[in-house]
Amino acid sequence: MLKLENISKTFNQGTVNEKKALRGVSLHLAPGDYVTVIGSNGAGKSTMLNAVAGVWPVDEGRIILDGEDVTAKPEHKRATNIGRVFQDPMMGTAANMWVEENLDLAMLRGERRGLRWAVTKQDREFFREQLKTLGLGLEDRMTTKVGMLSGGQRQALTLLMASMKKPKLLLLDEHTAALDPATAAKVLEITDRIVDEHKLTTLMITHNMKDAIRHGNRLIMMNQGQIILDISGEEKKSLTKQDLMDMFAKTAGTTLDSDEALLTK
Amino acid sequence: MSVSAYFASLSLLKLAKAVPGGIAQGLIWGLMALGVFITFRLLDAADLTVDGSFTLGGAVTVMLIIGGCPAWLAVLCAVGAGILAGLVTGLLHVKLGIPVILAGILTQFSLYSINLHVMGMAANKALSVDKYNLLLSSRAIPSAIVTSLIIAVALVSIFYWYFGTEQGSAIRCTGANPAMASALGINIGVMKIIALSLSNGIVALSGALMSQYQGFADINMGRGAIVIGLAAVIIGEALGHALLGKRLNFWGTMAFTVIGGVVYYLVVVIVLWLRLNSNDLKLITAIIVALFLALPYLREQKRSSFQKLRAKEGQPHA
Ligand SMILES: Nc1ncnc2c1ncn2[C@@H]1O[C@H](COP(=O)(O)OP(=O)(O)O)[C@@H](O)[C@H]1O
Ligand SMILES: [Mg+2]
Repeated sequence: MLKLENISKTFNQGTVNEKKALRGVSLHLAPGDYVTVIGSNGAGKSTMLNAVAGVWPVDEGRIILDGEDVTAKPEHKRATNIGRVFQDPMMGTAANMWVEENLDLAMLRGERRGLRWAVTKQDREFFREQLKTLGLGLEDRMTTKVGMLSGGQRQALTLLMASMKKPKLLLLDEHTAALDPATAAKVLEITDRIVDEHKLTTLMITHNMKDAIRHGNRLIMMNQGQIILDISGEEKKSLTKQDLMDMFAKTAGTTLDSDEALLTK
Repeated sequence: MSVSAYFASLSLLKLAKAVPGGIAQGLIWGLMALGVFITFRLLDAADLTVDGSFTLGGAVTVMLIIGGCPAWLAVLCAVGAGILAGLVTGLLHVKLGIPVILAGILTQFSLYSINLHVMGMAANKALSVDKYNLLLSSRAIPSAIVTSLIIAVALVSIFYWYFGTEQGSAIRCTGANPAMASALGINIGVMKIIALSLSNGIVALSGALMSQYQGFADINMGRGAIVIGLAAVIIGEALGHALLGKRLNFWGTMAFTVIGGVVYYLVVVIVLWLRLNSNDLKLITAIIVALFLALPYLREQKRSSFQKLRAKEGQPHA
């Protein structure tokens, strides 16, 4: 579904702040792959997702989405096939617009936005059904401004917005990191359900090793702009936190004490 | 002149006579403020093209009418010219990466020359209501009020519809959260260009009406328009919230923007009536706008600031 061929990205090239954020990353996702991504702070996880989303052009390499080379496509064109949820709950929704207006903006992902009235009665019914599945009572607050919702509610809403049109790819960048543990667990549960229901090909960055092990069918670890581990199948199922730390030490040549030490923000 | 003599010299009758004209001009400025509202509030960008596109609207209208064009058509052409001006600012910003404030200043600056060219290198062009058929004029104030009121209601309604459509929502989303807009497949560059064009089209419309109302176009007629527009937007918001509170919807917000223009201009009328120095008007306006723009920041500072912490440190501990 997604193929990254040797992609590289250097920020601030030729200045003292030069930063090689991605050094020849290659990755191949099969349809329905649900991949968790871990790695220490600054490893290049977000950069990889941003490269896929087309936030800026990559320096080298090719990005192929469902057989189509999208390397030269700008962000808003790729968005047709890509749903995204960010770490900051403020990032994924428009605070001063209603819940139903936000949903409608997401409904039109990849479509021409013309002069039809945006939210119709039909849309509203559909949104209500969709919101019910979140189990947060948002179906009764469709004309509430999103700014009035809690962080967890906003993330759940953003997830719904990202997945509603069944994108070819779902990109989640530490989307539970800003939430309290209970809310984070709830949002992860919703994530699993949505991914499973639509069989979405998903890349999920997390700073929590346990979550990375427990969710998805495949796990990759990044370090200094490269993918240093790629574990799937039975091996992933039996993985422990200790295994991960040992593997990191072996590959990266430094030790990893706990997820607080290196994997946490 | 003693104080009592000063007050005795103020005639309420004179004020009452000046009010209708103030309302008519306020409505026209209010339309201009609607244009400012689109960029300032919906797109979250301060567009300084306004001063130039207001004059452009007036200049185009006067020259076309003098040239024999029917007034309504002249106004439409003025709107078109304003849209072009906004387009230039939009392209400078989106396609050439110039910050929107600078892009607006550049367009406004260049419009000074362009407006002079439009007016045949004259700084002022008269448009006599005796010679031409105008949409409105200060000679017939009641009908001028009705005409500008009809245009205001129509525009507010059209915008209410437009910003509720898919495209209008995309513009609002671009202003509210550009990162999200891109992630949802919205071409934010195009949305900014559309909004800037639309806004300046409305501003030029206002200039077109003003030139007919006052019976001339002047190269400086748009000077400070952006500040007056901001004042109207801010006054309108304050009034709307005070009177309607949570019931203030989008239609109401825009209607109050126009009303803000009227209130602003009535204040001008009173200042003139009090025979305060009208040259100080711009200073007063700027102070009021600065105060209102600072209000959210000052409120936040009152809640929490380093200054407050320092003050606390100075106090003896209990
Ligand atoms: N837009 C940017 N401009 C400059 N440097 C960046 C930018 N985005 C990321 N970086 C740098 O690239 C490196 C990788 O960052 P990132 O991908 O965000 O790491 P993480 O794995 O924590 O998500 C970091 O050193 C970061 O400072
Ligand atoms: Mg990151």
